[in-house]
Amino acid sequence: MNHPEAVITPGRGGLFGVASDYIWRNPRMFLFLMLLPPLLWLGIVYLGSLFALLVQSFFSIDEFSGMVVREFTLKTYGELLHPANLDIILRTVSTAIVVTILAAIVAFPIAYYAARYARGKWKAIFYLGVMLPLWSSYLVKIYAWKLILAKEGILNWVFAKLHLTWLLDAILAIPIIGGNSLSVSYLGTCLVFLYVWLPFMILPMQAALERVPGNLLEASSDLGAQPGQTFRHVLLPLALPGVIAGSIFTFSLTLGDYIIPQIIGSSRLFIGQAVYAHQGIAGNIPLAAAFTIVPIVIMGFYLWMAKRQGAFDAL
Amino acid sequence: MRSNQQAPVSLKIAAAAGLLFLHLPILLIFVYAFTTEEKSYQWPPPGFTLKWFAVTWGRPDVWAALKLSLQVASISTVIAMLLGTLCAAAVSRSKFFGRETISLLVILPIALPGIITGIALRSAFSLAEIPFSMWTIILGHATFCVVVIYNNAVARFRRSSASLIDASMDLGADGFQTFRYVILPNVGTALLAGGMLAFALSFDEVIVTTFTAGQQTTLPIWMLEELVRPRQRPVTNVVAMVVVLVTFLPILGAYYMTRDGDRVDGQAR
Repeated sequence: MNHPEAVITPGRGGLFGVASDYIWRNPRMFLFLMLLPPLLWLGIVYLGSLFALLVQSFFSIDEFSGMVVREFTLKTYGELLHPANLDIILRTVSTAIVVTILAAIVAFPIAYYAARYARGKWKAIFYLGVMLPLWSSYLVKIYAWKLILAKEGILNWVFAKLHLTWLLDAILAIPIIGGNSLSVSYLGTCLVFLYVWLPFMILPMQAALERVPGNLLEASSDLGAQPGQTFRHVLLPLALPGVIAGSIFTFSLTLGDYIIPQIIGSSRLFIGQAVYAHQGIAGNIPLAAAFTIVPIVIMGFYLWMAKRQGAFDAL
Repeated sequence: MRSNQQAPVSLKIAAAAGLLFLHLPILLIFVYAFTTEEKSYQWPPPGFTLKWFAVTWGRPDVWAALKLSLQVASISTVIAMLLGTLCAAAVSRSKFFGRETISLLVILPIALPGIITGIALRSAFSLAEIPFSMWTIILGHATFCVVVIYNNAVARFRRSSASLIDASMDLGADGFQTFRYVILPNVGTALLAGGMLAFALSFDEVIVTTFTAGQQTTLPIWMLEELVRPRQRPVTNVVAMVVVLVTFLPILGAYYMTRDGDRVDGQAR
């Protein structure tokens, strides 16, 4: 130790060195600098836009000139209560509920098998088997269903080959959900919604089921429970947070979608289509904005309930 | 949850049927790309041909849409990688007031339905009198792509140990050397995987885009027009197949890059 003073190393030289030393000594400042760009972006671009939307929903449209009147009013929200608009909201919400329940039923066997029995190569196959449809193009998936449900398409062909055309006709004859063909009925809309959102239900469900200890199920059956009883009293309560987490996606995505009901379904509107129509040709941005507040409020309420059920741990 | 028992046959059948339900429609796209039928969606296809690939190849509108989509996806991914990584580094390195709020803020653009993000941006553009251009599309895409990068990066930052950085600095490396030789190799694959997913997400996005694009046509917008008013079914069939292939590659890439560490964080798409 010839140079005891050198125990404290000198500052680094050069511009980089000075900057580096400064950052090291002022972690708070560094944190602030790191957070600044993303927060500026999200704060201005995103929250700013959301706020602009909220503000516009309190404007109204002048019925004669068609111009937006920039004065505070609740008139636009009042318009939501017109029977025609209320009808749109009810139709969308009930479709979202049906799609969510169907998705939970179809997703369960896949999630359960992947969580409990699949391993090694099969685990990877199941994982990719869910991820690939999840990430493949949304429009292509809808396009595929347009091909399937078309009158000259594969589904009618399969029914005809099986001599079951009468069954399909009987299903389509059911009032409300039926229609001229599957591609212009609510049944078709629900089917496509189910298909497109199904992976969003499987993944959180599987995550929740992975955490259920296998010996609980064995204990239940050792103690004499039938498989059905084990399912109802042991598996289902433990899997419920996953189901709720998945339902956040299926519910929210159905509420906001406007492309699926436009392409496959009857001509009656969903919330998303109403928003699109009002902001587009009609130029009634206030009413469009008020319509979007509906899914925001419903989702806010839903998320609050889900949080109370502990569903966020399963995300 | 693990079991050494065999799965009940009914469960196997139900699970297999579910997976088939997820995959058959996409496989159907590949068959239709080769059909000779051009006026309807007839099944079974009357014949098979490669003719439509050549026709699609010669279509300037498809090329222009593809070019715009690739530009938008690349620029949005770069912006999102920058913002998402900074955010993830800050949130995972230290505890500070408002940390939870920041994660919520990042997730919000993807948790709320796309139509809300879309119309919010559109009304903001109209209030601020910003004309539509490629950059308004990028603005929207980058906003919802941040979350994908953020999710991947946060998971990796949490697993890499902070003492590595301290050690590097103690041994005399400056902050930039530490970043270059210690942090980047550690989180690199997670960032790349996140970037690929963000690219796939942006390349495919249509709902927000319809609100933030003026006259510009990205590939999904081109497809949407064909879906609403089919005019050239054979070309659409080929484009659909190409889109499926183009989006599969980054997803498989992201899967192989992150499977050793953590799983691909695509859950919060």
